[in-house]
Amino acid sequence: MLLLERRPVDSSLMRWASPLLALVLTVITGFILFLAMGKDPVEGLRFFFITPISDLMGLAELGLKMAPLLLCAAGLTVCYRAKIWNIGAEGHFLMGALGASIVAVQLVDVDSVWVLPVVLVAGTLAGMAWAALAAGLKTHLNCNEILTTIMLNYIALNLLLYTVHGPLKDPYGFGFPQSVMFGDSALLPDLIPGTRLHLGLAFGLLAAVAVWVMFARSFIGFQLNVVGQDHRAAAFAGFGARRLTWFAFLVGGATAGLAGASEVTGPIGQLVPQVSPGYGYTAIIVVFLGRMHALGIVVASALLALTFIGGEILQIAMNMPKAVTGLFQGLLLFYLLTCDAFIHYRIRLKRPAHPSTHSTATGEA
Amino acid sequence: MSSALRLKLENIVKEYPGCRANDGIDLRVEAGEIHALLGENGAGKSTLMKVIYGVVQPDEGRMFWNGHEVRVNSPAQARSMGIGMVFQHFSLFETLTVAENIALSLPPFEARDRKKLDQRIREVSDRYGMTLDPRRYVSTLSVGERQRVEIIRCLIQESTLLILDEPTSVLTPQEVASLFATLRQLAKEGCSILFISHKLEEVRSLCHNATVLRQGRVSGDCRPSEVSATDIARLMVGDDTPISTRVTAAEPGEVMLSVQNLEWQSQDPFGTSLRQVSLELRRGEIVGIAGVAGNGQDELLKALSGETRVDGGSITLEGKGLEKLGPDQRRGMGVAIVPEERLGRGAVPKMTLADNALLTASGQGLVQRGMIRFERVREFSREVIRRFGVRCTGETSTAGSLSGGNLQKYIIGREALQNPRLLVASHPTWGVDVGSAVAIHEALVKLRDEGAAIVLISEDLDELYQLCNRIGALCAGRLSPLAPTRELDIEQLGQWMAGEFDSAEANHAAA
Amino acid sequence: MELLTNVLAATVVAGTPLLLVALGELICERSGVLNLGQEGMMLMGAVAGFVATLTSGSLIVGVAAAIVAGIGMSMLFAFMAVTLAANQYAAGLALTIFGTGLSAFLGAGFVGQSIDGFTRVAIPLLSDIPVLGRVLFDQDPLVYLSLIAFAGVAFFLRHTRGGLLLRAAGEDPDAANANGLKVLVVRYLAVAFGGGMAGLAGAYLSLAYTPLWTENMTAGRGWIALALVVFASWRPERVLLGAYLFGAASILHLVLQGLGWKSSTELLAMLPYVVTILMLVLLSWNPARTRLNTPLSLGQPYRPGH
Repeated sequence: MLLLERRPVDSSLMRWASPLLALVLTVITGFILFLAMGKDPVEGLRFFFITPISDLMGLAELGLKMAPLLLCAAGLTVCYRAKIWNIGAEGHFLMGALGASIVAVQLVDVDSVWVLPVVLVAGTLAGMAWAALAAGLKTHLNCNEILTTIMLNYIALNLLLYTVHGPLKDPYGFGFPQSVMFGDSALLPDLIPGTRLHLGLAFGLLAAVAVWVMFARSFIGFQLNVVGQDHRAAAFAGFGARRLTWFAFLVGGATAGLAGASEVTGPIGQLVPQVSPGYGYTAIIVVFLGRMHALGIVVASALLALTFIGGEILQIAMNMPKAVTGLFQGLLLFYLLTCDAFIHYRIRLKRPAHPSTHSTATGEA
Repeated sequence: MSSALRLKLENIVKEYPGCRANDGIDLRVEAGEIHALLGENGAGKSTLMKVIYGVVQPDEGRMFWNGHEVRVNSPAQARSMGIGMVFQHFSLFETLTVAENIALSLPPFEARDRKKLDQRIREVSDRYGMTLDPRRYVSTLSVGERQRVEIIRCLIQESTLLILDEPTSVLTPQEVASLFATLRQLAKEGCSILFISHKLEEVRSLCHNATVLRQGRVSGDCRPSEVSATDIARLMVGDDTPISTRVTAAEPGEVMLSVQNLEWQSQDPFGTSLRQVSLELRRGEIVGIAGVAGNGQDELLKALSGETRVDGGSITLEGKGLEKLGPDQRRGMGVAIVPEERLGRGAVPKMTLADNALLTASGQGLVQRGMIRFERVREFSREVIRRFGVRCTGETSTAGSLSGGNLQKYIIGREALQNPRLLVASHPTWGVDVGSAVAIHEALVKLRDEGAAIVLISEDLDELYQLCNRIGALCAGRLSPLAPTRELDIEQLGQWMAGEFDSAEANHAAA
Repeated sequence: MELLTNVLAATVVAGTPLLLVALGELICERSGVLNLGQEGMMLMGAVAGFVATLTSGSLIVGVAAAIVAGIGMSMLFAFMAVTLAANQYAAGLALTIFGTGLSAFLGAGFVGQSIDGFTRVAIPLLSDIPVLGRVLFDQDPLVYLSLIAFAGVAFFLRHTRGGLLLRAAGEDPDAANANGLKVLVVRYLAVAFGGGMAGLAGAYLSLAYTPLWTENMTAGRGWIALALVVFASWRPERVLLGAYLFGAASILHLVLQGLGWKSSTELLAMLPYVVTILMLVLLSWNPARTRLNTPLSLGQPYRPGH
């Protein structure tokens, strides 16, 4: 009989091997899936994983999708390290996009180097404000942050929809629910000329570096770790849970808000209803896959950015539903959590308790 | 006493990853015998008892029950055979009633008729002098009453072997006496009792025979009433460990800590509130707080540490009010705390010893402008390890990998190295090996002699009598008067633990 | 009066999917397992029910398929959260993300198609009672099923040994294990029940509420149901009340529009989510009260013998 047995010490090899194993399992499942659908699996996997990154243009697109994922994931890492289950990156992101857009639309005719920073700060602050709601609900009203952040995501989405259908709607937009195009001074500069890759990726990488410094060097990072691993020890040590909760939420809101602002001032250049294909939710997978580690989330955000582009390519090239992106992301997270179990456990063949032959009497007592 | 052999174990072996918890243990318990199973923490007592009760299966060895070889696959099977178990941390459900709890462990057909069950519970409890209302919710019961529920549950199942795991550690001396009376009556009626303990005097007064375990093996058998406590202790710890601390007399100085009329209302419906707690503590003095678990010990510790802010009253340390300050600010003023739970509160299990130093000692120059100075953290940690003889591979060991005693020495050392003015230690030697306990006691005495004031919260009355200048007891969140140790007899203390004292509250009402 | 009756009847209809999924989650949480994957299981139930009905032509087959899909999804979760003792939050999130993706993938070819969904079946005599008759006894069969499920869950928790075992496993799995209860089996069964109910709730959406399939058609109802269970302090009667309360909130915009009140659809569509947060605030601000009812081991992975 197979027996799941607790390891005396957690396996650090498995900790880093688990994401790779999960990826392999996802690819295998994908292979089977393509076969089952009567498509060429090799072709399909190539379209999904290889084609997007086979030229500079593709890599630039990858970076473009990576930027919001990495920014959101950096903020979520801070939250999840402290076991604050903020699922609200999507909402912070949408509010960031909305906040930035409101300011950008007001400044559409202003030509100044200050426009872009003001717009970005507005988005960041909007994200923080939205996160602050969840933080306050948790610290002062004792509400579970998973439920409140999810609800706030839906509210943010409806708020954004209301805005593009109403106050911010471009009167000359042929009835489409979208804002006017922003002025040039509100747009992020490109990183690589001729591609759509913009400064947002640099923000993301900077955020990853900041996360690294925070958890490798700073006392507040240590405090967040303690809160996450052992909230009773944190209370004993006097690391104020309220203060740290606010800190984590505000960082999460700021990075996701900046991501939203970068998205509308970057590739889109206006506010549209589909500003996010679910970056805030995918960022959750990035954090888990990246082991809540700065370097890990950089790699993981690249991988998950690939699933967005790969899904689009499959849709065009092989007539697959676009939902294949979500399916791959879900599978990946699933396999990851399953593989993660073997960080703490190992499989052992169960030895029979009595090698010799004993009758199993129940006793007559 | 009949001489029929009720339980016989031969060569029981149980191995866990990285540790051989039982290494060839033999045990014989006769019908009507009260048999003690002695040993330090980690000696293998609980594993052996889990084997007997069918919670775990042994890797090797044979078990005989009333002369027949058996294999116990589950607690349910053990119970149907007649083996009953009273756990140290009770296996009761707080949100269920007494009768519901008992019904859960009975076969469905026996539990169906609740009225009949209530009747049986009343009969059994009356017969053995353990009053109990089957309709009450367990959450409303005292610790002693909960233990009765467990015992009655076993008796209703007509157990012929009752296993009790450290049953007296949660009782007042008076409750212990009445428990022993019940156990003696049961034994007289033919029930065998396996009494697991590390309290030697109790074993000597109660048990017919004793088996002593050390490091997973039987280190000796004896008749406890015929040998001295020291001899038994030697069997438990081996020859090369000191057994007791030499405590020098204290010379208390001026008042250091003054706590007046502390009030704190618990938000937890099952929690304890602090009521009018007042105490004064002098420099160079150890004051002991006795009490049955759950009577406000942890609440008092948190009120002193700053983990909770009190609703009323004052805490003054060397003339400065503490009651509005948080834990880190109080630590800065010389307050050090050793909480009851070593792992998961005093230390984070998966973090290294060095990181765990940072938990409370960040104020010792280990952090500069928000950044951690790792070299200093390691130095501090190594210093604690060296000065307090912590056995580990170094400051990079995780806290969880240390034995209870070594981790406790590390935690005490971490606080002691910060030169505290006030140390509050809760159950510092609970579950700790004798050698470490002696070292911890010596560390406390040394701190005292260096001029610190110490509050020692403990359920171990021997420890309190040995170390303290004055002793009081907490009951239901109220603190008894503190009496000089020499003038306080154990009956008086037992009454205080049961709440029989004029509280400060009553004094106030009169004034 | 006519309007009120219709509003109340619509409230019951809107509340039914919430009631179904919340009852399942209630049982699941009482066993100590927090399954955040409700949304994913509901979506899988919705798509499975719709596709099965479309291809078989039978609503019964559709409902059965939805329940099986929900149970199947919940077993994935149980394997991770119960057998592998993974973090329940993460496993539940994974289930939602996976279920959202998988249902969209499977249902991609069925968007825009339609079926004949469940219709109202009046219960003789009872449906003639003024107001109440129309509200409770002139509804589709799944509404009746939800009420039966409610009564069953309430009875099970309060009066059966199974209910006692479930509560015991949720309050203190260590003690339950020491008492000889098979905690993992209890938890598996509870998770499976939760999955089946979530699948059924999904089927209600795609077979009765709006008989068609669209991506993400649950629109957060799985999450609202999770909040509902907290709001109900893990008691079935309050789940019933709460489900209809949320049902009312979610049709309020229709009522207001019907009354000629002009407001943005998007703003009114926020209402159920805002109400959810308000409910959480109302119920959570007093920790003592929450503590009294919370299954003590909720969210804690458990492995016997460690």
